[in-house]
Amino acid sequence: MEKTNGNLLVKGTVFLVWAILLFAPFLFQDVRSTEVAARILVFIVLVSSYDLLIGYTGIVSFAHTMFFGLGAYGTAIALKTMGPSWSAVILGALIGLGISLVIALAVGLLSLRVKAIFFAMITLAVASVALVMASQLSGLTGGEDGITYRPPSIFKPAAKLLTDENGKVLRIFGVKMNGKIAAYYFVFFSSLILFCVMLRLVVSPIGSVLKAIRENEARAEAIGYRVVAYRTLVFCAAAAFASLIGSVYAVWLKYTGPDTVLSFAIMIDILLMVVIGGMGTMWGAVIGVVMMTLAQYYLRDLMGVVADATHNLPIVPELFDPDRWLLWLGLCFILLVYFFPTGIAGRLMAKGEPA
Amino acid sequence: MRAPSLSTKDLTINFGGHVAVDHVSCDFYSGELTVIVGPNGAGKTTYFNLISGQLKASSGTVIKDGEDITATAPSTRAKKGVGRAFQLTNLFPQLTVLENIRLAVQAQTGDGWRAFTPTNKLTALADKAELYLEATGLEGVAKQRAAALSHGNQRKLEVALLMAMEPDIYMFDEPTAGMSMDDAPEVLELISKLKADTRKTILLVEHKMNVVRSLADRIVVLHNGALVADGSPEQTMNSEVVREVYLGNAGVMA
Repeated sequence: MEKTNGNLLVKGTVFLVWAILLFAPFLFQDVRSTEVAARILVFIVLVSSYDLLIGYTGIVSFAHTMFFGLGAYGTAIALKTMGPSWSAVILGALIGLGISLVIALAVGLLSLRVKAIFFAMITLAVASVALVMASQLSGLTGGEDGITYRPPSIFKPAAKLLTDENGKVLRIFGVKMNGKIAAYYFVFFSSLILFCVMLRLVVSPIGSVLKAIRENEARAEAIGYRVVAYRTLVFCAAAAFASLIGSVYAVWLKYTGPDTVLSFAIMIDILLMVVIGGMGTMWGAVIGVVMMTLAQYYLRDLMGVVADATHNLPIVPELFDPDRWLLWLGLCFILLVYFFPTGIAGRLMAKGEPA
Repeated sequence: MRAPSLSTKDLTINFGGHVAVDHVSCDFYSGELTVIVGPNGAGKTTYFNLISGQLKASSGTVIKDGEDITATAPSTRAKKGVGRAFQLTNLFPQLTVLENIRLAVQAQTGDGWRAFTPTNKLTALADKAELYLEATGLEGVAKQRAAALSHGNQRKLEVALLMAMEPDIYMFDEPTAGMSMDDAPEVLELISKLKADTRKTILLVEHKMNVVRSLADRIVVLHNGALVADGSPEQTMNSEVVREVYLGNAGVMA
């Protein structure tokens, strides 16, 4: 009974999140909110594809941002060199995807036979190399500064999607139907499609094989599954999802640099989001991303409000000084892990509890 | 002379200086249930591991239906019809009983690579899983996680996984170990039914003599890794060498 409720609660929350994201530009009409919504959309795909690895199959990889970065840089470089066009976006995304798949296949085949910890170290090494290369090949990547470029014309802020009778940009509920809206919905539908593909993947037979490998690798092999092949496949698939959403993010940001798509700080964010949300649930990724992103963007503001409201009390305003937001984020994280060791969705959706 | 469905030729493995399985040559035939007996540490489970591929032989060969499978991975052997159940419960603990069985079924039907068809739409898969749930009497706990099952039910699930693989060679490693007096006969009943229905090759490691007597067509005795006796139950049990190495403690056999 409790199980079904938890299940419904989690799925209901996730549907609500998607509904809010669908109408986000109309619900929150400021630039920052749209940025946050787009970031959430991108990270939903990034984190749920990482969940395919760590949550479903039990593979620990530190190279997920590398694949994200390859997709982003592929698109960014293509847009920079070929000029703003759809063919640049598509070509860049395909090149990023191709390189991602080749690297994932090579790393997978060469090293997925070794123990998990060694595999994690190998991915860490490969990702470090990618980070160094991105900063050193500055002719191509812009180095630490990254690359700024223009998106396809439909996404330019001046683009008019719909016009009224005077030829001005049409407003719907006060929102201008311009390139910014087009770009947001490009991110939204890319993210939704990729997320649905992954959901489909995990409820298909291959999803249960992945879980079987996580649960008991030797037995999975003994009943006839070629474990190395499945692991390599899921590693490549996760790389592909990360790469594709990286390309989408590059189009959205109109800027690609190490800090936005490649740094280890992003890798740590991904890990935290997947742990907070609940590993191996796919739905949990959405919850983890939303909570973490909102905390990253709004915890400071919230603390500022609290500090102001309590300014005539002793100590309290000091504690809630906005500069201390990382301290509170850390505390929240510790409490979450303590009370929800299997993540929020993992805890709520726990199945088959012993009677 | 019938061709054996499975044979081992001089199969040997040594761990450092210790020879755990020592040049065991033996043929197994379809329709025959062979019980492998021997004192603790005789190498019975190790012999199984060599046949199903969990361990790689130091020398010697494993041949299934005329094909040398000595160098192949366990998954390849499983696909070629060498099925194996384990002595220590070896399941997918966080998955449900149904999922456990379905995994074994879909490994054999080749559905494991399907990535875009939801499992619950594959009714053939579900029907077959249902069959083995019922056969092993686990339909009542189908939705429970394997980890939450009683020991007896976990052992039954272990047997169900092997049966769902529908192999040519069934290898049971002490299927009734640690089972209650109620559960053990059910599992033995399953195995004897399997033997009668499928006419497949069945290998069974077992200690309990009542089990051996009621099921065995043939008994193979291992001692210190070597095959010391092989023949009908009467022959083996009465042979001089077996009395020496194994039946010294007559109380066990009574």
